[in-house]
This record gives sequence, structure tokens and C-alpha cells, in this order.
Amino acid sequence: MGGLGRYILTRLVMTIPMLLILLTVVFLILRVMPGDPCLAMLGGRNVGPEVIARCRQELGVDRPLVIQYLHYLSSIARGDFGTSIRTGRPVLVELFLAFPATFELAASGMFVAVAIGLVTGVVAAVRHDTGIDHGVRVLNIASFSMPVFWIGLMFLMLFAVRLGVFPVGGRLDPVGAALFQPITNFYLLDTLLRRDFGLFLDALRHLFLPALTLGLVVSGFIGRMTRSSMLEVLDREYVTVARAKGLVERVVILRHALRNALIPIVTVIGLEFALLMGGAILTETVFSWPGIARFLLVSIDARDFQAIQGTVVFIAIFISTVNLLVDIAYARLDPRIRY
Amino acid sequence: MGEVAGFATEPAAGARPSFLRMARRHSILLVGAAIVGFVVTVTILAPILAPYDPTAQSPGGRLAPPSAAHPMGTDQLHRDVLSRVLYGGRLPLLVAAASVAISFSLGTGLGWISGYFGGRLDRALSVVMDAIYSFPSLILAIAIVAMLGPGLLNMIGAIAFVYIPTYFRVARAQVLTLKEQEFVEAARAMGGTHWRILLRHIAPNTLPAVMTVPSFTIADAILTEAALSFLGFGLPPPTPDWGFDIQNGQKFLQAGYWWLITFPGLMIIVVSIAFGMIGEGVNDLLNPRRRRAT
Repeated sequence: MGGLGRYILTRLVMTIPMLLILLTVVFLILRVMPGDPCLAMLGGRNVGPEVIARCRQELGVDRPLVIQYLHYLSSIARGDFGTSIRTGRPVLVELFLAFPATFELAASGMFVAVAIGLVTGVVAAVRHDTGIDHGVRVLNIASFSMPVFWIGLMFLMLFAVRLGVFPVGGRLDPVGAALFQPITNFYLLDTLLRRDFGLFLDALRHLFLPALTLGLVVSGFIGRMTRSSMLEVLDREYVTVARAKGLVERVVILRHALRNALIPIVTVIGLEFALLMGGAILTETVFSWPGIARFLLVSIDARDFQAIQGTVVFIAIFISTVNLLVDIAYARLDPRIRY
Repeated sequence: MGEVAGFATEPAAGARPSFLRMARRHSILLVGAAIVGFVVTVTILAPILAPYDPTAQSPGGRLAPPSAAHPMGTDQLHRDVLSRVLYGGRLPLLVAAASVAISFSLGTGLGWISGYFGGRLDRALSVVMDAIYSFPSLILAIAIVAMLGPGLLNMIGAIAFVYIPTYFRVARAQVLTLKEQEFVEAARAMGGTHWRILLRHIAPNTLPAVMTVPSFTIADAILTEAALSFLGFGLPPPTPDWGFDIQNGQKFLQAGYWWLITFPGLMIIVVSIAFGMIGEGVNDLLNPRRRRAT
């Protein structure tokens, strides 16, 4: 096993206590806060106290907190996220069905954000203190001052309702969706696997506005970080040396400066993944995107306690995984990090 | 966040500061404060300024486009959108201010204690705060409100909870550097108690760094409040609220009634940007050395 392999393994082991703490925090929020899940689930319905007592027994919330906590952790470790009272299916199955949609959206949103953020950040740094620089900075601040859902609605109104160039929601055209049999639920992948190029384009068309909405909101942070990181790097001697060697400016900027500026940017990209997940909830709502966020909101509406808890735990695990991947990317980018 | 420079350029070295130059230098702060001041005033004076009752039917029909009588049109219940927009800022501003006040005091206080006393308590608090911090704040707020149920106090509590780690981290980091400095040693040599050293000598010195945070968190809290209301976790209708009114307007989007969502959304953006500007301005003011670096 090479050095990087060992590093990944060490980081993987280090992720476990971090995840354990995150899961504990989730447990404390969901169980210790005032509010009884059974009262929340059944309170409004016309049921007697014995039904609520039975529900408490089934969920195990009548037992001592320590026992509940151990049971909670061991269930998660066994991959048992409980059963949704709304659908009657295991919560984990529901989450696996919904996850590809969220991932497709989040990944393409991140792609848009990184593309916009890097380009605007580099341009602003290179054209430091000019009108372009100020303009980019104002746009960056505006981008994360805008409510995600409002941008989404504005895009819908303009491109879907007024101009009709993009669909108003969903992942596929209803006609195509009726005939389409997903394999992995990653529609971009599935349509290609089925060699249905028309449907692939349709999936792409449905993905475009949600991804743009989500990407725009996150792009501001990445753009800002890129700009300040680039500014710092552009002052360094090795950039001057690169210029003195007579390298083309484009090579100096992209090869010598940007590559070195990238390290803090990758960290920001990792941190913004949490923001992206929050934004995904709103984007999914606006664009009727059948992902995890939608599952969470429907579960809250149905007071489906196990499903709510399972979704939050799932997101916690997902975020920890992303943080791990960011650390690995970081190590790959920065040769000074010894593994 | 935090280390961001304003738009104004720094005066040349040795230049004598005049009021005009000060104003120019801190233009970002002044403009932001002016916008916030304007919106807060308008919101407070809504009962006087609003042409109609925000929750009652107004003359002019339902879903009427903007006109002289209704500059922002009317909604599906004949209500005047302008009046609702004026009143609609009350809830977001109240929720944001209250929740940030709570997270500011709790987070900063815990950060002071944790950083000063160190040890097991510090390690435990730090990992918990890091865990909360790493989690998507909106999803966390949604989960808390879902458990507690909708309502004003629950919304404030959920949003306050989410921002505690931000203050904790800043305050703790400041205490860690400050407690190694000589004036703390001097205070200790003079026989000051731990609490006296912490509260009298260290805590005030953490404030320049901590005070840059609230404007940014208020800006973020307003977006979070809007998002929670948009998702239906706010106050029940007919209370006017920007986020909730956008959710209401969403239903009529496909029919082309653009004015229902456009105006409340613009208000959210204006207020959020203005608080962001104040944050950048305060940052310039309190931490002038950091301006050049970024």
C-alpha cells in the first residue's frame, strides 16, 4: 500500500470519532429537546393515551436515555434507519431511492459554482482594483445574499414560463418518464446506459435550471476565496520568476499561480458543501425535484419521526464523507502534506 | 467569512483624516447602515405608511397587476402586496435580531469559558461545536423546528442554535491568543481571580473580532428565516412575512403573476446585502490591518 493509501486509511479511521460526535449531536437535538415524537406524530389525531404509550414503546422513547442512545447507535451501525410510517418501507431504502437525484443536483450545482467561482475569482484578481474587480465583488456578495428559492423562482418565471426554453420542474418529461426505467436512479447515467440520447438531453434540460440556481448561490464564496487566494499568490517570487522566464501570461496565471492558489479554494469548496445541501432542500422544493430534501419535508409534514431522524443521520454521514474526500483531495494537491 | 475588505480605497499614508475622507473610507458601512435604517424605519412605521390593511381585502380586485392604486399589485385574496411587503419585514427582522442576540451571548460566553479554562470541558465543547458547525445550518434549523413545531419562539430558538458555534469559535480562538499575553500575566501576578481576569481583562479584548460576526450572521439569519417561512415553518397565515408570501406567490407563478414573488424577494436581498455591507464595514473599522491582505 502506498503512502496515499495509508493516509486515506488514517483519515478514514479519524472520521469515525467525528461522525460519532455528529450523530450524538443529532440524537441530542432530536431526542432531548422538548417535544415528544409520539405526541408530535399522533397529538393532533384523535387517539387515546394508550395509543401514544404504545407508540412510545415501539419507538423506544419510554426507555432511559442512555439505552435509547446505545440502541440508536447500534441500529445505525447495522444500517437500520427504522421504518417510515408514511410509506411502510425502510427509511434507508427510501433514502437510497432519493439520493441519486440529490447527488446529481448537488454535483452539477457544485460544478456550476466552481466554474463560475474560479473564472470570476481569477479575472478579478488579475484585474485587481479595476471596475471589473469591483463588479465581480459586488456580484459575489449579491450571490450569497439572495434566497436560493427566490432565484430559482425567478429563473422558472423567466426561462420556463415566459420563454418556455426550460421545463418547470421534475427530472424528466412526463411522457418520457412514464416509459423510462431507471437503473441506478442517476438519470444522466441511466439514460446513457439505455442509449437513449434524446432522453439524456431531456434529463440535462431538466437539470439545467436547478443546477444553475444552486451553483450561483455557492459561486460567490468560491469566487471570493479564489480572488483573495490568487492575489496572495500573484505577489510571490515564483510568479515573478515565471514571468521573468518569459512565459506567456496565461501559463503564468493558470499553471503557476492558480495551481498554488487552489489549496485554500479546495477547502472552501469542501466547507460550502454543507451550504450546498441546505440550498438543495430549497432548490428541490422549487423545481419539484424528487430528492432527499423533498423526502425530508414530506416526512416532516407527515410527522414521520423515524424518517426525519434517518434523513438527518444520512445527511450527517454524507457530509462526513465529503469532508473526508476534501481532505484527500487536499493531500493530493499539496505535496507538502506528508502522508 | 470575516476577512473581507470594503470597496473604499485606503487613504495614502500620512494623509490627515478628515470627516469626508472617513466617510468615503467607510462608505460601505454607511451605505449598509443607511439601508438597514431605512428598512427598519419603514417596517416600524408600516401601520402609518401602508396604504391598506395587509391582511384584509382591498378594493381593486384579486391578482391585479401593479397600478397607481396598488404599486405592487394585489394577491389572490385581494390583499395589497405593497402593504404586505411593508409589514412583512417585521417577522424576519425580529427573528434575526432575537436569534443572533441569543447565539451571540451564548456562543461568545461559552467560547470565553472554554478557551480560558481549557481542559476536558474545552475539548468536549470544541468537538460538539465543530460537529454542529459542519452540519448544513438550514437542515439543522428545519430539523429543530420540525421537532419543536412551528411558531415564533421555536423559529428563533432553532436559528439561534445554528449560529452558536460561529461565535464560540471566534471567541475561543481570541481567548487562546490573548491569555498568553503579558497583560494577562500581570493581572494574574496582581492576584486577580480567574473570573476577574477572564471578564475584565480578556473578554473585552475579544470583542473587536467577535463584533465583526453579528452583521454577517444577521444577513444569514434573515435568509434562514425566509427559507423556513417559505417551507411553511413560520407563523400561520395571514401574518405577512416575505418568505411566506413568496411561497404563496409560487402557486401563481405559472400563470404569470410575477409581482407576488418579485417584491418580497427583492426586500430580502436588499436587507441581506445591507447587513453584509455593514459586516464588511465593521470589519474594516475594527480590524484595519486585515484589509490589505484580502
